[in-house]
Amino acid sequence: MSTHAKTRIVGSPVPRKEGVDKLLGRAQYVDDIERNGMWYGTTVRSTIPRGLIREIKYSRDIDWDEFTVVTAADIPGENHIQLIFADQPCLADGKVNHCDEAIVLLAHPDKCKLREAAAAINIEYEPLPPVFTIEESERQEAIVWGADNVLKSFLLEKGDVDSAWAGAAHIVEGDYRTGAQEHLYIENNGVIADYSPLNGVTVWGSLQCPYYVHKSLLAVFHLSEDKVRVIQTETGGAFGGKEDYPSTLASHAALLAMKSGHPVKMVYDRMEDLAATTKRHPSRVRHRTALDANGKLLAMDIEVATDGGAYSTLSSTVLSRATLHSPGPYVCPNVRVRSRAWATNTVPYGAFRGFGAPQAIFAIERHMDEIAAAIGIEPVELRRRNFLHDGDTTATEQVMREPVILDKLLDRALVESGYFAKHARFAKENAASPVKRGVGIAAFYHGSGFTGSGEHYLNSLAGIDVIDDKVRVLVSSTEFGQGTNTVLTQIAAESIGLDYDDIVMAPPDTGIVPNSGPTVASRTSMVVGRLIERASRQLVAQLQECAGLPQSFTPEEFFAACERYRAKNGDVVSLCRYEAPPNIFWDDQKYRGEAYPAYAWSIHVAQVAVDTVTYSAEVEEFWSVQEVGRVLNPVLAGGQIEGGVAQGIGYALYEKVLLQNGHMVNNQMTNYIMPTAEDVPPIHVYFEEIPFSHGAYGAKGIGELPHDGPAPAILNAIRDAIGVSFNSIPLLPEDLFARLGARIPVEEAASA
Amino acid sequence: MSADWPAIDLVVNGDRRSVQAPPMKRLLDVLREDLQLTGTKEGCGEGECGSCSVRLNGELVNSCLVPVLQAHGARIQTVEGLAIDGDLHPLQQAFLNCGGAQCGICTPGMLMAATHLLASNPHPTMTEIREGLAGNLCRCTGFKRIFDSVISAAAQTQDPMANEAHAR
Repeated sequence: MSTHAKTRIVGSPVPRKEGVDKLLGRAQYVDDIERNGMWYGTTVRSTIPRGLIREIKYSRDIDWDEFTVVTAADIPGENHIQLIFADQPCLADGKVNHCDEAIVLLAHPDKCKLREAAAAINIEYEPLPPVFTIEESERQEAIVWGADNVLKSFLLEKGDVDSAWAGAAHIVEGDYRTGAQEHLYIENNGVIADYSPLNGVTVWGSLQCPYYVHKSLLAVFHLSEDKVRVIQTETGGAFGGKEDYPSTLASHAALLAMKSGHPVKMVYDRMEDLAATTKRHPSRVRHRTALDANGKLLAMDIEVATDGGAYSTLSSTVLSRATLHSPGPYVCPNVRVRSRAWATNTVPYGAFRGFGAPQAIFAIERHMDEIAAAIGIEPVELRRRNFLHDGDTTATEQVMREPVILDKLLDRALVESGYFAKHARFAKENAASPVKRGVGIAAFYHGSGFTGSGEHYLNSLAGIDVIDDKVRVLVSSTEFGQGTNTVLTQIAAESIGLDYDDIVMAPPDTGIVPNSGPTVASRTSMVVGRLIERASRQLVAQLQECAGLPQSFTPEEFFAACERYRAKNGDVVSLCRYEAPPNIFWDDQKYRGEAYPAYAWSIHVAQVAVDTVTYSAEVEEFWSVQEVGRVLNPVLAGGQIEGGVAQGIGYALYEKVLLQNGHMVNNQMTNYIMPTAEDVPPIHVYFEEIPFSHGAYGAKGIGELPHDGPAPAILNAIRDAIGVSFNSIPLLPEDLFARLGARIPVEEAASA
Repeated sequence: MSADWPAIDLVVNGDRRSVQAPPMKRLLDVLREDLQLTGTKEGCGEGECGSCSVRLNGELVNSCLVPVLQAHGARIQTVEGLAIDGDLHPLQQAFLNCGGAQCGICTPGMLMAATHLLASNPHPTMTEIREGLAGNLCRCTGFKRIFDSVISAAAQTQDPMANEAHAR
């Protein structure tokens, strides 16, 4: 359908850039790396959710002279992790605000000695009353953060919601809840840190955002920028879980390295990683919706509450994205969203693929089916009557200037899934079967890139240089499975006119690459890719102007021109800084304007089977249709969608973080369950391509989109199957049992 | 200190190796630390994720659950033993072509599980592939492209694991 410019490399399924190293087992993850004289570090953590630290006692059974011991008193700079607000200590000093908060660090040359030593440190506390839920935090009986427990609040208003209720034909209300979710990257968090007075701090680690860690270390160590160096090692999955946490871990390892005089490796085991690092924010979203007699939306009054945990970390920006995605992909003249992130005494919740959108989209897309049932309109039809189209305005009064093809995506999803035929067939078959089947749908967008003025503030810098007859891509944007290396290489090769193998990635090392911004927010292909595209064209123009590069050239001619340029002008390097697309205006105060430069759109259809004997719900088949701009690499893009859908299925039906006293008690892969090869259904993926005029080769964001839709589509399908609405995830067999109990006749099952 | 431990003999990827290690040391750690074969990964340390999968006398095991004593005299195959003269094995090539590896951390274990499956069942059905890989968790791919990779490798030849003599 699309009319893209003809390309040689962009759009083709070139193999993953670092794929061969990964397949041969020679890719170097942090735990594969040893350094001379390396010691090992561990962390002593709080065992209570909130309280004052009275005394740290070191047992005499341990020869402490063998160990390096670090507490808050050893921090040379500021005792906080620099992110948005400076409220989170690097090491607890005098008080703790959540279980598993780091208090003491230990290092020793023999890692086998650390466990016993850590157990020989006894910390005495004076407990303070903790807060564990959004509701407890809202009651404000115990104030655990700031003046009122509110980490952040937003108010988004369009039109006049209060005056809309009187004239409404229907008013529908609903309450929707989502639980925490663990990233469960298969490689745990880990770093190695080294320190010398001459070179300062160097950190190698499994991380998403080298410059976030860099910024944090500057504050903790009070060092100048050139005395802190952060190098990303091959990273075994992240999903947002290595966005902010590595700043803490890197600081810890670097403190131990500085005090011990040795490089120190800290690699968490699974139990520590699950207990101590970030998760997806739990949420509660309330909808009150007014509609006219034809099912057109008149007003949406939405209240979003998230549980942010003990410190603010990324809660404000997660809440922002949740707020902006809460009205769904619909037109409504009157919208009000009141949103708050609440502090509780649990490990801070953080970034996770989707970043607030999956929570908000679960609520609105579940709510649309509840509205449909309440007013007697088919759910697909209700959505169609309210979809955004080109020229419509969103809740922030952003005009949809780029094409919006929700109807087309929906049509395709309905056809590919056989939605209506299945719905009718299952309705007939279910009566006589102990296994009840159903189909459900979700429609949604995901804003690409940073919210509002975010990209403007990031002011990203990226580019290329030429060394040893290879073009190097200079970005701090990292590879952790999603395909950064491959896609940016494709873009550089295409834009310069070279082959894929002529391009290499510069090491993700803050000593070498500029700050192209964090690798988050579905921004890498669209925003950073665009910088690489511009920098590449800029270099070619420069070489044509100053080094005699002909209009069309071979790789040999290109590198010869680079040699001539180098002899005359020095290094061959081309950098570009972010430039916002035109007409982008965002008002942070009024929360109005162009919330995102571009939106990716998607329709999900889930087919489920609910077994009324075992009370298990399983997804039998899944369809994902999306428009993400131009697809730069069909194999990688398909892999992003399938992986995101699988994670979304886990979010809906498998993954439950169980907290007791604010501590995760199912912190093992044995009892935190993710979908396996036997659980993930066939996932059918279809792209409609509409190139986005301001993304690299027309790309928009893709990485987070597929996690947004599965949960509501699946719970809508369960409603279709058994006629019972569930408004909370995760939905486990015990939850189905608790609600259904004797409701569904099981005699048929017994006789089947 | 290590001299105090009894020698444990292994045949790793066809090479005779001898290590002196505590008998209860995990085979995973012996491979990674004593033999510098860091291709085998730890994901959970409790036999749930399969990242540390290796073949031991032709059986697929989680090397985090095997005390090295139990491997005395055994033939071990790790991901490093899969390539043929430094070139990708057809199964590895299929993973590269099909997008079966993303972050790569589960990949060595997944390759060993797939090797094991194809060695006993050269042309598995989709159900058999799902069962054969069910002990190996991948958080990136949603598994589909891993299945595609195995199917592609199986389709290429009568016996995709014909070159795996040393693993049997």
